[in-house]
Amino acid sequence: MIFNDFDPIEEKIFQVIDNNGIVINKKWFPDIDNERLLQAYKDMLFARTADLMIVSYQRQGRIYTYPPSYGQEAIQVATAMVMSDGDWLVPAFRELAAYLGKGVSLKEVFLYYMGFEDGSRFLNAKNILPISVPVGSQLLHATGIAYEIKYNKKDQVVFAFVGDGGTSEGDFHEALNFAGVWKVPVIFIVQNNQYGISTPVSKQTASKNIAIKSYAYGIKGIKVDGNDIFAMFHALKTASEYARSECKPVLIEGLTYRLGSHTTSDDPSLYRTNDEEKEWGLKDPVKRLKAYLLNNNLWTEEQDLQTLQQFKQEVDIQFADAEAYPPYKLDDVFKFMYAEIPDDLKRQQNEYEDFLKWKEARK
Amino acid sequence: MKVMNIVDALNNALDIKLAEDRNIIIYGEDVGLEGGVFRVTAGLQKKYGNERVFDSPLAESGIVGTAVGMAAAGLKPVVEMQFSGFAYVAFNQLISHVARLHNRSRGRYKMSMVIRMPYGGGINALEHHSESMEAIYGHIPGLKVVIPSTPHDAKGLLIAAIESEDPVVFMEPKRIYRAIKQDVSEEKYSIPIGKAKIVSEGKDVTVVAYGAMVREAQRAIVMAKAAGISVELIDLRTIYPIDKETIIQSVKKTGRIITVAEEPRSFGVAAEISTIASEDAFLYLESPPKRVTGFDTIVPLAKGEHYYLQTPEKIFYEIEKTVKY
Repeated sequence: MIFNDFDPIEEKIFQVIDNNGIVINKKWFPDIDNERLLQAYKDMLFARTADLMIVSYQRQGRIYTYPPSYGQEAIQVATAMVMSDGDWLVPAFRELAAYLGKGVSLKEVFLYYMGFEDGSRFLNAKNILPISVPVGSQLLHATGIAYEIKYNKKDQVVFAFVGDGGTSEGDFHEALNFAGVWKVPVIFIVQNNQYGISTPVSKQTASKNIAIKSYAYGIKGIKVDGNDIFAMFHALKTASEYARSECKPVLIEGLTYRLGSHTTSDDPSLYRTNDEEKEWGLKDPVKRLKAYLLNNNLWTEEQDLQTLQQFKQEVDIQFADAEAYPPYKLDDVFKFMYAEIPDDLKRQQNEYEDFLKWKEARK
Repeated sequence: MKVMNIVDALNNALDIKLAEDRNIIIYGEDVGLEGGVFRVTAGLQKKYGNERVFDSPLAESGIVGTAVGMAAAGLKPVVEMQFSGFAYVAFNQLISHVARLHNRSRGRYKMSMVIRMPYGGGINALEHHSESMEAIYGHIPGLKVVIPSTPHDAKGLLIAAIESEDPVVFMEPKRIYRAIKQDVSEEKYSIPIGKAKIVSEGKDVTVVAYGAMVREAQRAIVMAKAAGISVELIDLRTIYPIDKETIIQSVKKTGRIITVAEEPRSFGVAAEISTIASEDAFLYLESPPKRVTGFDTIVPLAKGEHYYLQTPEKIFYEIEKTVKY
């Protein structure tokens, strides 16, 4: 079992392919057919295309602050591949490919970052929580959901995301501790992208890695090359089978790099070097899987270009659809505050409508 | 004198205090190398070193909790909550220790510290980046709560906050961080905590505002003047201890009072001010004290935020209604 062979206490990192897409760890090559692999590549490419286009829409002033996730597609697509329909996804806020894999539409993602709460409705995605902005807080929710799964003896697992910065929050530790004590099926996935805004991992923890923290809570843990889709898929699949059969939590640290900025308001040149960015560019998860596919004659450069063009068009179509969304109504502020609106709150709404009429009459 | 915005003025205040008092320690998320997400602490780590200005792990409770220990041991922490919407994790430390240790230890341990936090809406931000929850801090016995509205005040009030022997929650209206520029003295000066400022005198109605709402109220006053209404504008400057005297004297003169704030309607600062007017100037009132605030709702995301925030037009509408009451 990989948890024994890649013990974080020995600083081992689980890896299957190298930076050039060459298999370096045949023993652990996952059971995955070529068709599924091609789909994984397309999902990664689609998420990346969308992510880069969202940043450009933001630069055009058509979308507000957005946290780019490009560079981190392997962890997220691997999660989507392993997650069944009934499994839960508990996101942080930098998991575009994982939301899409769960059935969230790109249009909804656009709406959210355009400033509509309706972007969190996720109409076609089952068992997913909305984005959670307060860092680390969502992990406790994941543990709570996992308790329900155990309580009702459901055949489900929770996949919960957090970043390296989030592991400093008390909620991270409480979530792992509760999950360990309760013995519930939740997989905590740390996207260790090296920075919490400007702060490097070395200033978050004195532990030699993040996966090792699993020891403190008596749960399984593994550190994985998060830019290696084969390793991530294998680790997540093993973890989900273990969580399901043993009804226990797992901590997975996926080592990756945020190739973009923290959000579109952030300037990474203040805190990291070009050399570092270039070095991580060589480990780019999309390039690595593409290299594997090309090496094995499963994909061509021509197909790649064609697919990319097609994806760009698709993203643009969904963006146009989001831009055509009906204007935000006053009622949208109030209607989901309570199951039934309290009288005084209704009065506040009515008073504002009076103001709007006054304003209209002044024109 | 130098032209400064609020960010510059806060930075200048921190710089002056760091230079004169080696007990001052600044830390928080991204405040060191990067100088904070709004750059309020920019350049300070370089000037004063990593032991005095540094990035902490990402944990608000950790930041405020360690500040309690530092203050008890004689240091003077000036910590930053990256956004007020993330400060709730630190709430236990604030309410259970920051606000209480002085009293619990019968005066032995002073909790002399400043907890800075950008707050308020109007920047089209994501969830948790727009709220104005100053009332919950004002409600905690043992804390002082300060909110500046101009670069000049930001500097003078922050220096006073750092020099205060009591813990001060210093809330910074992020919407006007860079929007207002004025000549600010580069010398050290302080503005007393607990004193409001009469921004402009008037006779028909008193408007109390603070933070980013002062500027909006000033714009509304121009509209009111055109409609023949004379408004007295008070910049509250300090939420707690609140300057009752200035409020009462003004309302006794005008007979009408409106509070403009970004906070939710119920149980807030505006409610407190309305109560002060009712309790201490009851016989002078010609109309009910009015709260002009956000709704009792979550601050809507960017597309709906305009409904929630007070605009000059909305403030003028409320002024006119109060005067015509």
